[in-house]
Amino acid sequence: MALDQTSKRLQAEPIDWGDSSAPAARPRRLARLSRDKLLVLLGLPGAVALLLFQYVPLLGNVIAFQDYQPYLGIGESEWVGMENFSFLWEANPAFLTALYNTLVLTVIQTVLVFPVPLALALLLNSLAGERLKRLLQSILYLPHFLSWVIVVSLFQQMLGNAGMLNTFLLQNGFPIVEIIGVPELFKALLTAQVIWKDAGWGTIIFLAAISRIDQEQYEAAAVDGANAWKRMWHITLPSIKGLFILLLILRLGNSLSVGFEQIILQQGPVGLPASEVLDTFVFNNGIVGGDWGLSAAVGLVKGVVGVLLVIGANKLAHAFGEKGVYEK
Amino acid sequence: MSTDQATIGDDTVRPEQANGRPVWMEKPSLLVQALKFIALAISVALVIIPFWSIIATSLASQETINAAAGGMVMWPGGIDLTAYQAVLSGGVVTRAMIISILITVVGTLLSLATTAGLAYWLSRSGSFGSKPMVILLLGAVLFSPGLIPNYLVVKELGLLDSYWSLILPVMINAFNVIVMRAFFQELPQELFESAAIDGASSATILVRIVLPLSKAVLAVIGLFYAVAYWNAFFNALLYIQTTDKWPMALVLRTFVVNQTTIGGDQLGPAEALPPQLSLQMAILVIAVVPILLVYPFLQRHFAKGVMIGAVKG
Repeated sequence: MALDQTSKRLQAEPIDWGDSSAPAARPRRLARLSRDKLLVLLGLPGAVALLLFQYVPLLGNVIAFQDYQPYLGIGESEWVGMENFSFLWEANPAFLTALYNTLVLTVIQTVLVFPVPLALALLLNSLAGERLKRLLQSILYLPHFLSWVIVVSLFQQMLGNAGMLNTFLLQNGFPIVEIIGVPELFKALLTAQVIWKDAGWGTIIFLAAISRIDQEQYEAAAVDGANAWKRMWHITLPSIKGLFILLLILRLGNSLSVGFEQIILQQGPVGLPASEVLDTFVFNNGIVGGDWGLSAAVGLVKGVVGVLLVIGANKLAHAFGEKGVYEK
Repeated sequence: MSTDQATIGDDTVRPEQANGRPVWMEKPSLLVQALKFIALAISVALVIIPFWSIIATSLASQETINAAAGGMVMWPGGIDLTAYQAVLSGGVVTRAMIISILITVVGTLLSLATTAGLAYWLSRSGSFGSKPMVILLLGAVLFSPGLIPNYLVVKELGLLDSYWSLILPVMINAFNVIVMRAFFQELPQELFESAAIDGASSATILVRIVLPLSKAVLAVIGLFYAVAYWNAFFNALLYIQTTDKWPMALVLRTFVVNQTTIGGDQLGPAEALPPQLSLQMAILVIAVVPILLVYPFLQRHFAKGVMIGAVKG
């Protein structure tokens, strides 16, 4: 049967796998479907899952314009127009707190977290021994694969009031240092956790980019008398500037999403004023609090603003002569 | 990329290199070397110490922990496995572990199968429907639908409180499909042509030619999926209501992060209840160990798998 099908395909279009750029050779749509039906069938389960859980939910955003009641469903719930979006023009203190915390965390994490992988990558790259370099990479990548539940647990066991640091201080006659559960230190704690978890993993992309730089440039510069710092400054950094800007754009596009799982796990002891961000606001008001319309509206606004940020940042990159995420 | 440069993972030592350093490169000063060593030693210690200390504490006896004022220890002072016995001989943690293992295995297999199928369809240029599908794929990388709408879809499908709610919504990751598609496109296309001429169907080509040539990318993407399933916390929090269906992450949150006391009735039969801290650390170690076990086998493929994603994505 398979053979039969293939021979039919070969008759229809002798050079079968070739690109379909030549319009004359392009078979009609139905012929192409019958030619590719097994191929499409192989991909269909994945395609259906993608549509069902990535695109169908987009339709669910209509409840942002409803007084949604779970027992009535989308069909029966009352339409309320823009009422759920009133948080945009009426000062809603809980929303403003969440927005403030989100923006502060984004700024802190972009400034503090972002350069760490680059610095670590430059440090690793300056090591001479390949074997040592690879061993260090293996160790530093590891925390990336731990879940936030595990990372938060580890931080508690290390820095909590009964954790390793404080046990050590206590045994040596020092007062304990309260770190976990202190609202003033919460943003610093979150930032430290992000660095611990992902700084090592973040080096992988910089190291890959650095390994693509032509080594002869370094050799020529060294012959001309440039020392290691100058070579880094004038060769390595300019070579990875585009990548750096690309990553910065992606970060900017995500700037309204900061550490959702991470924060949900630690929100209890710290309290909402210090820890509520937009994502937790949606969760706490919608799933927990039952105010579905409002939280869907906040989620929708957040999504739209996120898309606008990516497009805007990309325009900015083009203005600076960089490629950005997608071409113009 | 020129081939004569030393790339990551390149084992060959070129003759002009001494200690892996090209001849034109000056010997770094002692001060610089010392600073580098200190910076790297601190980074590595920050990663290793937490692991070491949770393993040490999970093995420690009540006396050792009492001597440390009830806190974490760096040296267990003898191996005491009662915490593991208590946790693994039945009860909440054992059940959660079995659930997590099943979800991880079933989920990863389904994810790899569907991802490979979709990537293969989209990697054949000019195949029916591939162009619009690629656009939908890229869109899925850039936008996420949001928490509430996702919840509604899972609810409408009747998946709430079902194990499938932990698999189906995350079964396909658009970014992984893009990486795998890029990998398939880089395979030598003449192989497929000659196989097709020999009468092999698309499915045969996928199973007999494409997949055997794609072990590296399958390993990396399989690891990404497996880690995501094993670590799944938020979906479980959102969709699983029955305590009996909890995966490891929820058990970890309840007993370790929130420090809920573990009662003797929640564990398997044990002679005496081990210290709470040892129990907590044993749970934490059990959650971490599977990742530590698969990690060394897969990490040599990272650079390759991630690079393709970075360049083509």
